[in-house]
Amino acid sequence: MTSLRNRAMERVQAGAAALVLVTALASGAQAEDGPRRVVAAGGSAAEIVFALGQGDRLIARDTTSSYPEAVLALPDVGYVRSLSAENLIAMDPDLILAEHDAGPPETIEILAHAGVPLVTLPEARTPADVLAKISVTAQALGVPEAGAALAARTQAELDAAATAAASLPIRPRVLFVLSMQGGRILAAGTETSAAAMIAMAGGVNAVTDLSGYKPLTDEAAIAAAPDVILVMDRGGDLAIETDQLLAHPALGLTPAGQAGRVLRMDGLYLLGFGPRTGAAALELNRALRGGLAEQG
Amino acid sequence: MVALDIPRLAGEREAQARLTLFVLAAALALAMLLSLSHGASGVSLWSLTLGDAMPARDRLILWEIRLPRMLTGVLVGASLAVAGAVMQGLFRNPLADPGLVGVGAGAGLGAVLAIVLGGLAPLWVAQTLGYHLVPLAAFLGGWASTLVLYRVATRAGRTSVATMLLAGIALGALAGAVTGLLVYIADDRQLRDLTFWGLGSLGGASWPKLMAAGPVMLLALLAAPFLARGLNGLALGEAAAHHIGLPVQRVKSVAILTVAAATGAAVAVAGGIGFIGIVVPHLLRLATGPDHRYLLVNAGLAGATLLLLADLIARSIIAPAELPIGIVTATLGAPVFLWILLRRRGVVDL
Repeated sequence: MTSLRNRAMERVQAGAAALVLVTALASGAQAEDGPRRVVAAGGSAAEIVFALGQGDRLIARDTTSSYPEAVLALPDVGYVRSLSAENLIAMDPDLILAEHDAGPPETIEILAHAGVPLVTLPEARTPADVLAKISVTAQALGVPEAGAALAARTQAELDAAATAAASLPIRPRVLFVLSMQGGRILAAGTETSAAAMIAMAGGVNAVTDLSGYKPLTDEAAIAAAPDVILVMDRGGDLAIETDQLLAHPALGLTPAGQAGRVLRMDGLYLLGFGPRTGAAALELNRALRGGLAEQG
Repeated sequence: MVALDIPRLAGEREAQARLTLFVLAAALALAMLLSLSHGASGVSLWSLTLGDAMPARDRLILWEIRLPRMLTGVLVGASLAVAGAVMQGLFRNPLADPGLVGVGAGAGLGAVLAIVLGGLAPLWVAQTLGYHLVPLAAFLGGWASTLVLYRVATRAGRTSVATMLLAGIALGALAGAVTGLLVYIADDRQLRDLTFWGLGSLGGASWPKLMAAGPVMLLALLAAPFLARGLNGLALGEAAAHHIGLPVQRVKSVAILTVAAATGAAVAVAGGIGFIGIVVPHLLRLATGPDHRYLLVNAGLAGATLLLLADLIARSIIAPAELPIGIVTATLGAPVFLWILLRRRGVVDL
């Protein structure tokens, strides 16, 4: 009996010793602080790496990574869904941090085959998902303390946003317009990151009978009756001018159109579901509150 | 004097065509070597010839990335060019293109359906096919539209080429409308996927894909040279071809099947790559004449070479990102084609 227990103890101790050894070896090999050549594939991945104070480890980013500004100086590996396997391998990364929709699948398969460490971040639509993303990233970079600190900070901001959202006297109806190409409204329905953000800020998504980003007919836009129209602040072809929104025959008839209540926020800030999500929700909440006050 | 000149001219042309064949074959071999030895990672072929100890990473880049990509490029480029040449011969129309007979449109429709509505497919479909769903749908789309056209245009065992051309245009319009409808309901991400697919790329090349689509393209390419005599006969007109003893109907059937297989499979693995199918046969016809015995083989060699070179540019010009290959083929090819047409204006009336 005792000998059995002893043997079990021995095994546990040996296991523990091996674990310590492995950890020591790993940290020794990596100069005790994890991967040094990281490629970020996805806007929130790069953002989290920088928020963890590990921006100097990034060697490349994808087209959707645009925050903070320092990330723009890095080489661009292309659109997150059309990555090139050889070009990525050629950068000799020791970690690729990919958002859930990075691809194409052939590239991901070859990278796995080539033994390039690839960590996929969970898809984020809720505050808990944001924290999970931060924790996965911090783990992959080998900086759990910085991760815990960032998570705590983000949690506090998310909590503040939740409190602010709960204290809104009325929940305003918000219509998120993704694009207005050719006068056609492409709006956020249910199951979109925009809808999740609107809910976090204390609003109600004005479109409830469509899921995903879908074109809205003029009548559906009027029926949605938004109190506020929310758009992304971006340049180029996809830019949406306030005049264009208000002059739209259907949008002009909605409460938001009548009062000219159009909110603009940076796309990655608003929909990236990275560490700035709490701040973004709070900012949107304040803007909604301002709109309500104006409404009386 | 004049009567004596004609055979001499024909002989010269034949010699020239044969020379072109050798030059093109050499060019293709060179392009294949370049394609294998050039890439962002700096792995070169020479390390292979030095033999032994090649790092696992380099071996993987050569065998799993560059080799399937190069072979896919050769087959797709050759298929597109040969399909174009056969089509133009069959319709006796220099404007004919696989896009016209509805094969391209049908394949495109299949791909768009799979991208936009793929999520609605039953789970077992997604599990068994995975990401092969889009190429498979493209192939089936091209195949189905060819079958429909063939049935519409064939009556009592005779295929009317003119009816098929017209029906192809109608089917193309229909496929375009359904594609438009799907684009209308597609979401943001699907739109990006559609755009990239429509511009074509060899980036997704892999052994499993090549194993699936490669044999189809290879079969079509091997069948094409046997069409040469038939297409040469058809150039005289169907009635004349019949009188010189050609099995006209069989030539037409085999030609249509070849085009459908080559185009469908090529579009399935590489997406929509324009320009090669219409321009390569033209350039060769300008250079070495309309004899299909040389035209078909030369078109295959030149198409493969051009696509490999375009792919080299596509994957290195904005490295570490990659440009869709359709952009390269059109930007480089179209001006060159226009320039040649301008220079040869008056010499050859197309």
